[in-house]
Amino acid sequence: MRLMKSFLASLVAIITVAFVAPPSFAQEADRVHVDIEQGNLNPMPIAVIDFLGDSAAAQQVGRDIAGVIRADLDRSGLFRAIAPDAFIERIEATNIPPRFAGWKNIDSQALGVGEVLPQADGRILVTFRLWDVFGERRLDSFEVPPRTPDGWRRIAHHIADKIYEQLTGERGYFDTQILFVSESGPRTARIKRLMIMDQDGANPSFLTGPNAMVLTPRFAPNSRVLTYMSFETGAPRVFLYNLNTNRREVLGDFPGMTFAPRFRPDGNGIVFTLDMNGNSEIFSMDLQSRARQRLTNHPAIDTSPSYSPDGSQIVFNSDRGGSPQLYVMAANGSGQRRISFGEGRYSTPVWSPRGDLIAFTRQGGGRFAIGVMRPDGSGERILTESYLDEAPTWSPNGRVIMFFREGRGEGPRLWSVDLTGRNLRRIDTQTEASDPAWSPLLP
Amino acid sequence: MRNTVLALAAVAALAACASRPEPTPTQPTGGNTTPPVTTPQGPTPGSVEDFRVSVGDRVFFGYDRFDLSTEARSVLERQAAWLRRYPNTRVLVAGNCDERGTREYNLALGARRAAAARDFLVSLGIDGGRIESVSYGKERPLDARANEEAWSVNRNAHTQIVSGAVS
Repeated sequence: MRLMKSFLASLVAIITVAFVAPPSFAQEADRVHVDIEQGNLNPMPIAVIDFLGDSAAAQQVGRDIAGVIRADLDRSGLFRAIAPDAFIERIEATNIPPRFAGWKNIDSQALGVGEVLPQADGRILVTFRLWDVFGERRLDSFEVPPRTPDGWRRIAHHIADKIYEQLTGERGYFDTQILFVSESGPRTARIKRLMIMDQDGANPSFLTGPNAMVLTPRFAPNSRVLTYMSFETGAPRVFLYNLNTNRREVLGDFPGMTFAPRFRPDGNGIVFTLDMNGNSEIFSMDLQSRARQRLTNHPAIDTSPSYSPDGSQIVFNSDRGGSPQLYVMAANGSGQRRISFGEGRYSTPVWSPRGDLIAFTRQGGGRFAIGVMRPDGSGERILTESYLDEAPTWSPNGRVIMFFREGRGEGPRLWSVDLTGRNLRRIDTQTEASDPAWSPLLP
Repeated sequence: MRNTVLALAAVAALAACASRPEPTPTQPTGGNTTPPVTTPQGPTPGSVEDFRVSVGDRVFFGYDRFDLSTEARSVLERQAAWLRRYPNTRVLVAGNCDERGTREYNLALGARRAAAARDFLVSLGIDGGRIESVSYGKERPLDARANEEAWSVNRNAHTQIVSGAVS
């Protein structure tokens, strides 16, 4: 348990330093001690066995599920899934405690065991147990509600989320989807189509055709309704798209072009930009009453609005001070104040789902960076930087940021980075890709 | 400024290349007199080509700017004169940006550029009802390269004849 505890403590320390502000001296000292002197940022070794099954088919599903869980945990950067061929002990049943010695031997801090139980109706039920190897105790035990066999990846992501939650104290983010813009064709005649895929890149599918250029998709809080901007009708227009009904509609009937949409956190409203003859202003619209409200009134550019998770405030982008900077206002437009005062040009603000930070794109010195700051503008940190990094989107637990990166003269690709600035990874997509939007945890 | 002029020249040259095919040189043969060689004509007056080549369909902007330069104004004055001469034509003015800005900000900036060009045409007496405007932000670059020269070309307001031109 001692080792386990120190691993847990270091994970908590990483998360604490990232989120709690300002860090106390003790936490700062703790972070330095854990992160640098002890080198404890090594990912936690964890063993997940191929899930058991009483038939060849169930065993195959069990192997597939375990593979996806290991890949999720590995990609988080917080864990290192031990390769199954290093396992010494062979688990024969999930309902009895493992013999811990063999797992201690390979330094596995935690052990996940599961079983695939095909049901009479064709669905599969999966049971799972998580063990603290050095503490020699059970941490978690549960059944995943039955799903049809083609839902096995979601079962795996769900279990990975539970493991993450048990071992870090944070909600997971694996059972989620990514909306993005798939790009193809020459730069001067780009084809941009809306695409959706699982968080790990599996199950990609197109949502729009090749003829209308689509930009900046975003999820509603229920993950089943989307908003995006499209040139489908000529000028830029905000669209709503219901994935359940496949119904698509233009948002409202406005005299100018509409763009930069985002949902209100309750899902019943949209905030967006309306441009009338070169003057862009931020509007909100209630999706039930269709009542619209103008929130800014300034000849400068006002765009890229994003709500705080409690819906009370909006961060947005304006060049009213002479260059693009970040501003915050109340949800009714009152109390507009600038929050970004660092070097450079700030844009694309996105409020963290936890409410404590705002992610942004910062441009300066010929480069583009992704960073975060507190809602009052303090504590600015740059996480990653390149020729072009743009459009941050938050994992639902507020720990990871996805964005797109373009090398000079190259096409864009999706990348993710931890809030610590570590664990920078490219997300594999079949085509070039931009404008990612991370869904909430799927229902 | 020099970049803009270069860019304008480059665009004009490109446009000229694209619109005027090289005349086939005709060699005199023997002592026979051949029929007179037809010299290439310019584009048909009042045509889309005429507007694009003879008048100039793009004006260019500085980085993150939407104010009209002297050159831009003189191109727009030529556009206005042409639009007065062909009063049945309608145009779409599209604002464009280079790739060195973020997407939504550039949509707003492109809208400002389109509006600047449109407002200037209106101030020269063109009926605003004949002019639509749109912003393509950084989505429709003219020059695919990633360098200053390309970016200066990609920051523009592009006037396209959408109807009423002589075909």
